[in-house]
Amino acid sequence: MTIEVPLLEAATNTQEPTDRRPNGPVTPTRSPRPSRRAGLGEWLGGVVRRPGLVLSVVWLVIVVLAALIPTLLTSVDPLRAVPRQKLLEPSWAHLFGTDQLGRDLFARVVHGAALSLGSALLAVLVGIVVGSLLGLVAGFVRGVFDEVLMRIVDVLLAIPALLLSLALVTALGFGTVKVAIAVGITSVAACARVMRSEVLRVRESAYIEAARAGGARWSRILFRHVLPNAAGPVLVLATLEFGTAILAVSALSFLGYGAVPPAPEWGSLVAQGRDFLSTAWWLTTMPGLTIAITVLAAGRLSRALGGQDGVRR
Amino acid sequence: MGRYVLGRLGQAVLVLWAAWTVSFVILYALPGDAVEVRLGAAASDITPEQIAALQADYGLDQPWFTQYLTQLGHALTGDLGRSFENGQSVTSLLLENLPATAALAGLALILAVVFGGGLAVLANGVRFRWLSRALLNLPALGVAVPGFWVGLMLLQLFSFRIELFPAIGNDGFSSLVLPAITLAIPTSAVIAQILAKSLHSSLGEPWSDTARAKGAGSVRVLFRHALRNAALPTLTITGLLVGQLLSGAVVAETVFSRTGLGRLTATSVSAQDTPVVQGLVLFGALVFVLTNLAVDLLYPLLDRRTLQRSTRRVARPAPVEVS
Repeated sequence: MTIEVPLLEAATNTQEPTDRRPNGPVTPTRSPRPSRRAGLGEWLGGVVRRPGLVLSVVWLVIVVLAALIPTLLTSVDPLRAVPRQKLLEPSWAHLFGTDQLGRDLFARVVHGAALSLGSALLAVLVGIVVGSLLGLVAGFVRGVFDEVLMRIVDVLLAIPALLLSLALVTALGFGTVKVAIAVGITSVAACARVMRSEVLRVRESAYIEAARAGGARWSRILFRHVLPNAAGPVLVLATLEFGTAILAVSALSFLGYGAVPPAPEWGSLVAQGRDFLSTAWWLTTMPGLTIAITVLAAGRLSRALGGQDGVRR
Repeated sequence: MGRYVLGRLGQAVLVLWAAWTVSFVILYALPGDAVEVRLGAAASDITPEQIAALQADYGLDQPWFTQYLTQLGHALTGDLGRSFENGQSVTSLLLENLPATAALAGLALILAVVFGGGLAVLANGVRFRWLSRALLNLPALGVAVPGFWVGLMLLQLFSFRIELFPAIGNDGFSSLVLPAITLAIPTSAVIAQILAKSLHSSLGEPWSDTARAKGAGSVRVLFRHALRNAALPTLTITGLLVGQLLSGAVVAETVFSRTGLGRLTATSVSAQDTPVVQGLVLFGALVFVLTNLAVDLLYPLLDRRTLQRSTRRVARPAPVEVS
């Protein structure tokens, strides 16, 4: 299981020569990386040549803004119902139309960003933190712990992801936070795997040996030397998982295990529009389209971060 | 070959046992005790004695390791316990709902292979670079759209606008088409991605050049030479994706109001019906294990080299998680 991340390899390669120099410093010092700065102009040129990536980043910025400061994008209260304006088609006054109670759908989608993105973020954080720690220790300690952990990871990967999170939801109960945790736990296995394989690669490096020879404690080696050098692919995986998490969280909300009705959340907005499928197409189309574009944009960004082909798991 | 098959079978059984154990730990040992929630919140007019009797009936008054061992013993004989909701045997519930979902997943798999394979072949076969690029961008779209939303869009278009297919129910083949397409889209996207990539690298191999140099047309090189070699990694991925179809069925069956294992999953999770959920998780793992076993056993038949290289273990690519 190899992960090709050109950026990271370049980063580790710049450090290696300092370790190999016969009279050089024993512990690797943080050297500035001029290669990256020189490439800035080139990088900008690359951005212009990739309009899809630029659009993705712009969209993600807007969505994150909507999650942080929703009032910036709409001044309409997402919970205010105007019965006279119920089920209006999308127009300039109501960009996404209105729902059966006369609430503005655009405002509801904008305000729903906080809940949807927040849950997805929490899910990714749970997966990354727990998975990375397990993978880090497994790769570093090896032995029985590693063996047992990797077998558990294999088993977790054998259970379909949505089924596993549904089982967790059954045990934990319903609600946005619990759904997010359940989704996060399903990505622990993949994160642990990637982190472990990176640690296995890094731990053989000359600078780890040098740090050990220099008398550094194991905790310092682990967190100061191994972790920063192994984190790259895991972070790329995190951006990929973010899109997956949005999909999983919205699917669980759609099934009715997440957000409680009056609160707007993308998945449950689609679910609420289900009853008006034949009369009000916008109620399901608009929130669903928002989810799809966000996941697409996150996927595009993660491919850009992970190199041409992205992370292969 | 015999040893190889036995070894793989042993592995499969181990994974199943482990999956069962994981689901037991999740459902019975986590702090949010679904069992007590379920029995406690059932009704206020139940006396504590009745609750105790009910718990004793389900074996819930035993310490957890006793429960684990008894349940494992029962599971080995095919008895997965009884539903909290109506006391029906979980095994019979699963078997009852299996045919509907199997038909749905089967059609979805066929559609996914046809769509995904067709897209990959087309993207590698067309002469225009821009068209090939455009086609190769489609799979990214396919994995990004939420399944429930695709289902609702299809419903809107083909059931309400042009009344081509029935909107809901399990009534014959026509009711199967829309949910199967919903289920097939993410699967076909992954198949297309993998196959397009391996086709591309196959076409760049020296033996493709040799075939061309011998006068084979581009269609013949693509289908006879490149596709045969590129099909193997795709087979592995397809095996991994079959387990995911069950996940997709939860959403697809809910959207189209069909009965089946997916619908059963959704209702048992809503009712916090632990034994049924555990049975479904085990079933998901079983499907995953069986399809991978089938793929691993098919592999040496399709590619003799894998058997010659190592008789004990077939080299397989790392698992790909697809959601």
